[in-house]
Amino acid sequence: MTTLQKDLGVMPRSIPVSELTPKDFKTPIDVRWCSGCGSYSILSHIQRLFPTLGIPKENYVFVSGIGCSSRFPYYMDVYGFHSLHGRALPVASGMKIANPELSVWVATGDGDGMAIGGKGLIHAIRRNMDIKVLMFNNEIYSLTKGQASPTSPTGLKTKSTPFGVIERPFNPVQLALGSGATFVARTMDRDPKHLAYILQRAAHHKGIAFVEVYTNCAVYTDGIFQTFTDKQTKDESTIFIEDNKPMIYGKNKDKAITLNGLSPQSIDISNDGENLLKYNEKDPMLAYSIGGMSFDEDLPRPFGVFLDIERSTYDEGLHSQINNIISEKGEGDVDTLLRGDDYWEIN
Amino acid sequence: MEKHFEVVDDVTVRFAGDSGDGMQIVGTQFSNSAGAAGNDVNTFPDYPSEIRAPEGTLYGVSAYQVHFGSKTVNTIGDKIDVLFAMNAASLKVNLKNLNEGSIIVANSAGFNDKDLKLAEYDSNPLEDGSLAEYELYSIDIPSIMKDELQDLNMTLKHIDRTKNFFALGLAYWLFDRPMEFTISWLKKKFGKNPISLESNIRALHRGYRYGLEGEQFKRYFKVPKADLAPGIYRNITGNEATALGLVAASKNCGLPLYLGSYPITPATEILHYLSGYRQYNVRVLQAEDEIAGITSAIGASYAGNLAATSTSGPGFALKVEAMGLAVMMELPLVIIDVQRAGPSTGMPTKPEQGDLLMAIYGRHGESPIPVFAAKSPADCFDITYEAAQIAIKYMTPVIVLTDGYLAQGTEPWKVPQLKDLPLFKPQFANSIPEFAENPESYKPYIRNPETLARYWAIPGMPGFENQIGGLEKQDGTGVVSQDPMNHQKIVELRAQKVENIAKDLPLLEIEGEQEGDLLIIGWGSTYGAIKVAFNRLRNLGHKLSFVHLRYLNPFPANLEEIISKFDRVFVPEMNLGQLQFLLQGKFLKPVIGYHKIQGKPMSAIEVENALLKLLNNEEL
Repeated sequence: MTTLQKDLGVMPRSIPVSELTPKDFKTPIDVRWCSGCGSYSILSHIQRLFPTLGIPKENYVFVSGIGCSSRFPYYMDVYGFHSLHGRALPVASGMKIANPELSVWVATGDGDGMAIGGKGLIHAIRRNMDIKVLMFNNEIYSLTKGQASPTSPTGLKTKSTPFGVIERPFNPVQLALGSGATFVARTMDRDPKHLAYILQRAAHHKGIAFVEVYTNCAVYTDGIFQTFTDKQTKDESTIFIEDNKPMIYGKNKDKAITLNGLSPQSIDISNDGENLLKYNEKDPMLAYSIGGMSFDEDLPRPFGVFLDIERSTYDEGLHSQINNIISEKGEGDVDTLLRGDDYWEIN
Repeated sequence: MEKHFEVVDDVTVRFAGDSGDGMQIVGTQFSNSAGAAGNDVNTFPDYPSEIRAPEGTLYGVSAYQVHFGSKTVNTIGDKIDVLFAMNAASLKVNLKNLNEGSIIVANSAGFNDKDLKLAEYDSNPLEDGSLAEYELYSIDIPSIMKDELQDLNMTLKHIDRTKNFFALGLAYWLFDRPMEFTISWLKKKFGKNPISLESNIRALHRGYRYGLEGEQFKRYFKVPKADLAPGIYRNITGNEATALGLVAASKNCGLPLYLGSYPITPATEILHYLSGYRQYNVRVLQAEDEIAGITSAIGASYAGNLAATSTSGPGFALKVEAMGLAVMMELPLVIIDVQRAGPSTGMPTKPEQGDLLMAIYGRHGESPIPVFAAKSPADCFDITYEAAQIAIKYMTPVIVLTDGYLAQGTEPWKVPQLKDLPLFKPQFANSIPEFAENPESYKPYIRNPETLARYWAIPGMPGFENQIGGLEKQDGTGVVSQDPMNHQKIVELRAQKVENIAKDLPLLEIEGEQEGDLLIIGWGSTYGAIKVAFNRLRNLGHKLSFVHLRYLNPFPANLEEIISKFDRVFVPEMNLGQLQFLLQGKFLKPVIGYHKIQGKPMSAIEVENALLKLLNNEEL
């Protein structure tokens, strides 16, 4: 029962948290993503994750903007709010402030979250709102049928860029880090184990958790992440970073990432595996360097938790200001407020 | 020496000086004291957009006008009776607004060669005879204060800063006012700074004595008490009244208040006030932009707070898409637009009524939103409170229009008690027995048959989980739907819901003749000016009628009937005829408009002159 409900004298009839199952989080309506869309995988993982978190079902809220990924709330049997293009984060922020006991999740995409909703995203991150953000990155606008997005690679030919994308894409991981994120991770739709692990880590983080999920679009950018998912190429083209472990990759585990100055480099460790740089999830500068490997074709694409640090959240800060002043001075008397200091009486 | 006094009904005093001269402070003190002395009061601060405009310049002049009287005072006064001018520039910019024979009290130290040059005077108006038609008092305030404060070891610059309280003290003598109100205020304000406290109190007394004991002033004035209802009073600006209206509504409906807002002139004080009310459990997000201001408020409303957003024209334009979302979601939300002169950045500190049609129609699709408008600074409290009531009862956003004049202007407000204001309760889904017993039967768009409002399920209520958004949805179930007949039906339902609100609105009462020739219809901040002009002409024996609209969408239920009783309808407004257009369109009756669009409030004399022409059957 949330504080708000206590105030309203509402009697809850909650399903006991221990009895929740994935089925409780499925809505009866048909899921209408294209076949082969990576969103299916994310949906089923979330439905499996939610019953395990010890949160009453009625306290979950899923918020989205506009786009394919933003259909997500309709498929989750929790309170769901399908808002406007780019506005999921401010809507979610208002909810979290209004009722801090809610577990607020956002489904967004590369267009919704980083173009039209870019400002909302960076400021929610800056404030460390206690919200979990899943950014389904398919490097294209799909719902509007195939235009370049802020993560489309330079040169990509789309309906709006028939001669190729001119500009450089955002690196979502670095954007989130630069905005002051307290939790940043990258995973992909086609690695179920890793996806499940990252979603669980995000769920347990207090504060904003930004998760970029490489999500295949079967229609407009089909196979754009194939290098990272295909068995033949995956080992050489990806690296899965883990806290306090050296960054080793390659089919034969014979390569590692170290720093040359502040820049990551790949070294051959077939002869010498000693004294390798260990990843540190608490180090924002290291996160920025390793996150930056995304644009270097000679380096593997990094996945995993880049950063996981603690900082007080906005909703916590606001409510502690309110609670402190009320416990110090008592709840304000509205009649005193209305009268103000400079009043007079006419008899 | 012997001084005589004259009794006057009402007076308009203007304190004018450079931006840094403290004119706003003494103006506020004077108006609060006038209120405390039992007068009715209306005020307006007039200050430059620049934070610190260059000293001594014409555009750096800051002024505070106080109109007070022994009868109801509805406007800031058309012309100035007494001007306090701290420098040459402040005299120059205000001269054109003086009444014939007005009193000018000028600080001669503010008329040196540099001051005169900055004010673009070729010769000193205090000495060249150009002010002969006025009653001029030229006083070297800093040199008097230098003697008065010599034991306090103050710098000349510091001494010069006491001139505003000297002027205030003199004003108190001139209008036979007690100074206790200001002295106790100074003690609170400067309690920790003994030199400032002592010097300002001495300046206040010295100004008073200058009038009482000096040779220059031969007469003073008495303004008798107004006939005001007994009670606790205070002066209040429209913006503070708006903030308080939200707090009172939040308390009386039992929901915490949430404000999502972005700083914008002239609405920002609403954000300031509410940000200070943590003790009242008010949650405020200073958002990253106007859009986040309103969308976060929509999120807060979804989660069960009484949510509001405050802005002015340019921000109101940015919020348009989100207003459509609030309509679609059918969530309560109070949207406050403190109108300013537009379009675009326009004139940020200047009032206008240019957003009426935008408030009613300015969204894509058929997107009905109730629109209310305050008629005076104190009415901002009532109208905001009513907006919150309607928003909660009908599950709808409500737009409240005020403007820069109401927002910054003040009037005495008879402070209500919370217990005397109506309580109102949200219709939560689990408070409906049928749904409480069987939450499965709840669907997010099942409506209360009487109001057509949907029932509110908020996160945290077990069993009522639902998924809604900006997509069109099936009536009742709320399931996404593109069915053509459903769309027609639900568009009409949303429109009908807003029309139904008229049942809750008080009927209009006509002032003056109940039927006949000429009906004046006003809305918003023009109330005071129209009321004064209306009273004057009625007292002269003219047959006139007046209704003032606080509800613009929907209109009060008897407006059409009232309009049908008159030959001619006249609408003065601060735009190019937006209410005029609405009335003509809705009631198919020609409406005569008077359009003032100068970034200045409507004045009574303008309305009076227009009415006189109409009464003489002349063209406007």
